Amino acid sequence: MTKNVNIHVHHLTRVEGHGNIVVNVNNGTIEKCEWQVPEAPRFFEAMVRGRHYSEVPRITSRICGICSVGHTLVAVKAAEDALGIKVSEQTVKLRTLLKHAENFDSHVVHSLFLAAPDLLGVPSVFPLVATHPDVVKAALRLKRFGHEWGSLVAGRTTHPTTCVPGGFASVPTVKAVAELRRRMEQECLPDLLAVFGVVKSLAGKFPAFERKTEYVAVHHKDEYGLYDGDIQCLMPDGSKEIIDVHNYRSVTNEYISPLSTAKYAKHKMGSYFAGALARFNNNFDQLHPVAKEKAAELGMKPICFNTYLNTAAQVVECVHSLFEGIRLCDELIAKGIKDEALVMPSKHGTEGAALIEVPRGILFHSYTFDKDGMCVNGNCIIPTNQNHGNIQLDFEKLLPELLNANKAEKEIELALEMMVRAYDPCISCSTHYLKVDFKR
Amino acid sequence: MSKKVTVASFDFTSCEGCQIELTNMGEHVFMGLLNHIEFVEFREAMSEKADAYDIALVEGSYSREIDRERLLEIRRKAKIVIAMGACATCGGINALKNHQNDWAENVYGDKASMPHLASAKALPISAVIKVDYELPGCPMNKEELVKVVNDLVHGKAPLIPDHPVCVECKARETVCRFELGDHCMGMVSRAGCGAPCPAHGIPCEGCRGFVSHPNYAALEKVLVEKAGFSRERAANKAQMFTSNYLEKLR
Repeated sequence: MTKNVNIHVHHLTRVEGHGNIVVNVNNGTIEKCEWQVPEAPRFFEAMVRGRHYSEVPRITSRICGICSVGHTLVAVKAAEDALGIKVSEQTVKLRTLLKHAENFDSHVVHSLFLAAPDLLGVPSVFPLVATHPDVVKAALRLKRFGHEWGSLVAGRTTHPTTCVPGGFASVPTVKAVAELRRRMEQECLPDLLAVFGVVKSLAGKFPAFERKTEYVAVHHKDEYGLYDGDIQCLMPDGSKEIIDVHNYRSVTNEYISPLSTAKYAKHKMGSYFAGALARFNNNFDQLHPVAKEKAAELGMKPICFNTYLNTAAQVVECVHSLFEGIRLCDELIAKGIKDEALVMPSKHGTEGAALIEVPRGILFHSYTFDKDGMCVNGNCIIPTNQNHGNIQLDFEKLLPELLNANKAEKEIELALEMMVRAYDPCISCSTHYLKVDFKR
Repeated sequence: MSKKVTVASFDFTSCEGCQIELTNMGEHVFMGLLNHIEFVEFREAMSEKADAYDIALVEGSYSREIDRERLLEIRRKAKIVIAMGACATCGGINALKNHQNDWAENVYGDKASMPHLASAKALPISAVIKVDYELPGCPMNKEELVKVVNDLVHGKAPLIPDHPVCVECKARETVCRFELGDHCMGMVSRAGCGAPCPAHGIPCEGCRGFVSHPNYAALEKVLVEKAGFSRERAANKAQMFTSNYLEKLR
């Protein structure tokens, strides 16, 4: 057994935002094993007060540069819920197409640029430019494609312009959607399948680790939940519970841990998991058939308890989103795309709440507006916040296993870093984060 | 070929969206850029670290005293510092809280007095260190970044536009938001983005900051007279990205 370990990873790399890993093992006794978050707090809920409902999604979009589409969409939906706005079928279809674009785009970044270097034993994607140029080029093309796909619907992917309460400020032409659909099949799919082959060849390098936990994700009766639906909680024994979005606080139960500085969330167990693996485990049956095949090729089936395979679940979701994107484009092309007037508010004064699946998991926003449409209060609960407790409990199970397996300090450090990266944390979504002074 | 220009990228209080824009350039632009520059430190994308670099790209605003030393260290190690995006150049969206005094209580309730919650007004990084060039915008304009880096690699002084967004709307024949019954801040806001927001059907929010000599009084006047805003809403409008400009004007 490994007796003495002293790890202090300050500002972990290849994750969005700032996090630290601190481990002290002294003569076989674990004295400290912590995941800490020193991200600067940003106070979005305070900032939205007094702003007009049309501005609120543009403000909360800035919570996160990677999932700004998701933050915009969920803020738009929460505002619509609060203001009694019911949008058209076309709007829902375009937003769903956009949601798939964001998850595809972000999963490409995480799985290929941030996580893959660990599996290939290099510190970043840059050394791979020389050793694996074709894969890096295909990955850059896929990233660019995700960006163009999202931009066609949202105006741009980093802080969208067109998504507003009541509908769309402008819509793409049928011709542009048809061109996107052609490229999805003819350009994007071959690249994605080629990159999938590489991921499959590396699948054996994902560390073996399992911990039974609760998985929370959006569930929709007709499709793999992303844009809309209810909250679904999956327990390790396979039992499921469905909860209405307006009761989201009964699931998230935010609390401040004395051990850490970020707000944590817990539901029925000590913590829960949000993200691609939670969606995969909750809604596997609704994946596209090709995505299910790809999951089988990676050796994955629900309920999968290996945190490290969240990255693999993201790759499976890329396949699902591309095929769903093709289907949605076909439906939009068949029906035609009209310029529709924005739907106006019909009520005020009550809290509206909404959920969505951003790449890193289930996201909640809620707002109340006054008679002039100005925001009275807001609340945003970010998936990475919901995952902190789960990261900590994974650490607490993983560390003794690594010590018992006689792993060297550097191997333990890499395994813990990879564990955090597997969650694809998005730390500057820092609405609730606290900062801390660290003992050096 | 001569030695490549070394570049490092850093982030402070921000959403890291400007750094994400770097990955949105696509195969040809990004690989082309790598022919001339070498990333030597970029925490969000790589584990490597560096002791010195030609260009530091800094995203995010300065909102905590503990970030001062990290900014000074970047300045010491860099030949050229480029502030990247609205947060770094003018405080950005984070400065929307600057006019409030209860933000901590609002978000953290009775835990707000805990010392580790300390956060001050959001300021541009130029409040702490000398900044050589500024790339405004939320997000920054990635084509502008390529242009500025290109200029620097070729020994040319980069130029950031100092005319209002209205000029770009006219150039691309976008109908004025005021003509459509909406409002806009384009007349006082710095161009260089290509005016995508009015073209997509939403107002300019001034994310690139004000031009050097904005006719700010006219903005409030037109918001009241043409857009039908209350005086209070007109006075608060520019708090979203240009809060720190307002402080200077008043």
